[in-house]
Amino acid sequence: MNCRAEVLEVSVEGRQIEEAMLAVLHTILLHRSTGKFHYKKEGTYSIGTVGTQDIDCDFIDFTYARVSSEELDRALRKAVGEFKDALRCSGSDGIGQISLEFYQKKKSRWPFSDECIPWEVWTIKVNVVNLANEQERQICREKVGEKLCEKIINIVEVMNRHEYLPKMPTQSEVDNVFDTGLKDVQPYLYKISYQITDSLGSSVTTTMRRLIKDTLAL
Amino acid sequence: MDTDLNSQDRKDLDKFIKFFALKTVQVIVQARLGEKICTRSSSSPTGSDWFNLAIKDIPEVTHEAKKALAGQLPAVGRSMCVEISLKTSEGDSMELEIWCLEMNEKCDKEIKVSYTVYNRLSLLLKSLLAITRVTPAYRLSRKQGHEYVILYRIYFGEVQLSGLGEGFQTVRVGTVGTPLGTITLSCAYRINLAFISTRQFERTPPIMGIIIDHFVDRPYPSSSPMHPCNYRTAGEDNGAAYPSVEDSQEVCTTSFSTSPPSQLSSSRLSYQPAALGVGSADMGYPVIFAGGLNAAHPHQLIVPGKEGGVPPVPSQPAHGTQADHERMVMCTPLDGALYSAATPSSSEDTETVSNSSGGKSGSPHDLLETIFVRKVGAFVNKPINQVTMASLDIPFAMFAPKNVELEDNDPMVNPPDSPDVESPLQGSLHSEGSSGSSSGNTHDDFVMVDFKPAFSKDDILPMDLGTFYREFQNPPQLSSLSIDIGAQSMAEDLDSLPEKLAVHEKNVREFDAFVETLQ
Repeated sequence: MNCRAEVLEVSVEGRQIEEAMLAVLHTILLHRSTGKFHYKKEGTYSIGTVGTQDIDCDFIDFTYARVSSEELDRALRKAVGEFKDALRCSGSDGIGQISLEFYQKKKSRWPFSDECIPWEVWTIKVNVVNLANEQERQICREKVGEKLCEKIINIVEVMNRHEYLPKMPTQSEVDNVFDTGLKDVQPYLYKISYQITDSLGSSVTTTMRRLIKDTLAL
Repeated sequence: MDTDLNSQDRKDLDKFIKFFALKTVQVIVQARLGEKICTRSSSSPTGSDWFNLAIKDIPEVTHEAKKALAGQLPAVGRSMCVEISLKTSEGDSMELEIWCLEMNEKCDKEIKVSYTVYNRLSLLLKSLLAITRVTPAYRLSRKQGHEYVILYRIYFGEVQLSGLGEGFQTVRVGTVGTPLGTITLSCAYRINLAFISTRQFERTPPIMGIIIDHFVDRPYPSSSPMHPCNYRTAGEDNGAAYPSVEDSQEVCTTSFSTSPPSQLSSSRLSYQPAALGVGSADMGYPVIFAGGLNAAHPHQLIVPGKEGGVPPVPSQPAHGTQADHERMVMCTPLDGALYSAATPSSSEDTETVSNSSGGKSGSPHDLLETIFVRKVGAFVNKPINQVTMASLDIPFAMFAPKNVELEDNDPMVNPPDSPDVESPLQGSLHSEGSSGSSSGNTHDDFVMVDFKPAFSKDDILPMDLGTFYREFQNPPQLSSLSIDIGAQSMAEDLDSLPEKLAVHEKNVREFDAFVETLQ
């Protein structure tokens, strides 16, 4: 099975990073979350209800709808917060990317650990810009808002292609497909990772590798 | 062919499409109400949430949608359309968007109705939730108020895009294949909005005393009336309206006082819609109050002037007899602010007026400051009435507190040396997100509604900051401020002055040395 990969790019000011990332990630997760499954006898199940709420951004002229789940929001905020801190520490012209990967677990026999097989990966490339004055910031607010509107439309377009989605699992398999740890909603299993590129265009890991190699070469 | 689809599947599919159409209309209209929507997730299925999504049903909207559908379903050549338009207070109107739910002939025979189609329709509704926040009309609808309102109209039949102007753009929300055809949901929206930019609206001078009462005659084959997106009548489903209103109260709002419901509603209605449009619409009531909706509606427009001040608007004829949802009534008095249903507690109106964001907060702010300054400067038990009378020439004077008891109960009273601190704080308390916050007084004239302090997180859970504000909003009077003690200490001070002077004269040399060190 091929993993579906989608890439989005945004240019934002430092203080807009969090909101822009949350807007995109929440929109994706809105489409990739269902209500909690309640399995009944005979292999049938019923599904809980997903609520939504509108969130206004403070630094961007933008509003997005997200799943009403504090736990999910907290998890995303934590990941985005770490990404933002890493991005801002990396240097003034930081470029980074944050990835949201949906995967399925495949149980392996002992002694092998379970495999995580991704089936959809969303990568958001972020370019942090520095602005000189308030007027530029105001323009940036509006521009980033418009850009995010475009990104939402892109996301929705991909979602509605109705391409591969994991089969609805039986009760024993549900934890291999869905994250059943939240109390009010059930997103597909996902993980968030990020990568920071410094201004030289190389990723931090390759720079570190080079440094170590150079040190050893001496 | 239909014979391929068994009767149960066919029935299910028809039901799915019907409820999908109704939910689509709800999502679109609710997204143009001008407020943030918030519904709660529930882990246990309630059985009444179609497509496993918590989408409220505004009864009037469902009624209109059912009326437009008239028992039919979207089919080839018969689309369900929701038209969103803008109407200014001068009567100009413009179509902003047309949302179309169409069906084409491309069938997907293999698809499972009860499972795959249902889930894909659910996904499509989620996409609709996302897309409705993204088109240009969303930001316009969030800023609707007394300068313009957003209206919706539902019709069934051929899609008419001519009203959108040149160069309109289309966004496809999504498609779902079914054995009977492919359902497509899309939006065509106007992009030529330049001449109605909201900035222009802010510069426009306020309209004086205009009531707009429209029956829109559209040259469309199925001419259906326009409905305000911020408007809920007490229609036939009056009874049904309230339960859903209460639901939204439970889910979205933070706190309410224990005021009787009618007072609560009208105090919400008196809220000037801020740019965020939060507040009264949580209750589902119009941000712009339609006066005299129908005779049965409990919340008539009470012109403030009737309380003794200068009547700012001519009295409105009751349009109540025509209870069909065809009106949008706006009332903008002379000084440009919107005075909606006012309760007898006029002091609350001061605050609600000061709620208005944007350019309007200037005058009520000044009024508040004026009152404070006068009270503070006087340092006497000057009746508030006197203050009010003296400041009648100030805008919003008629909303100055008249019946409020003095200082002890008035939470606006500050220590005399920091009036400036209070007013900006008050301003910030009524800033974005605050929806008709009141003094928090336990006095009967004050009704607390949905107090959202500035800089606090806007979420479902009760806010500590709001609780904190509320608890400490009524500090007891400082003892040094009370008149008797003040007078006494003044006399004592005067008596002790000669002694103090003598002491200081003795230390003259020290003082001189000190002064020299400063130079």
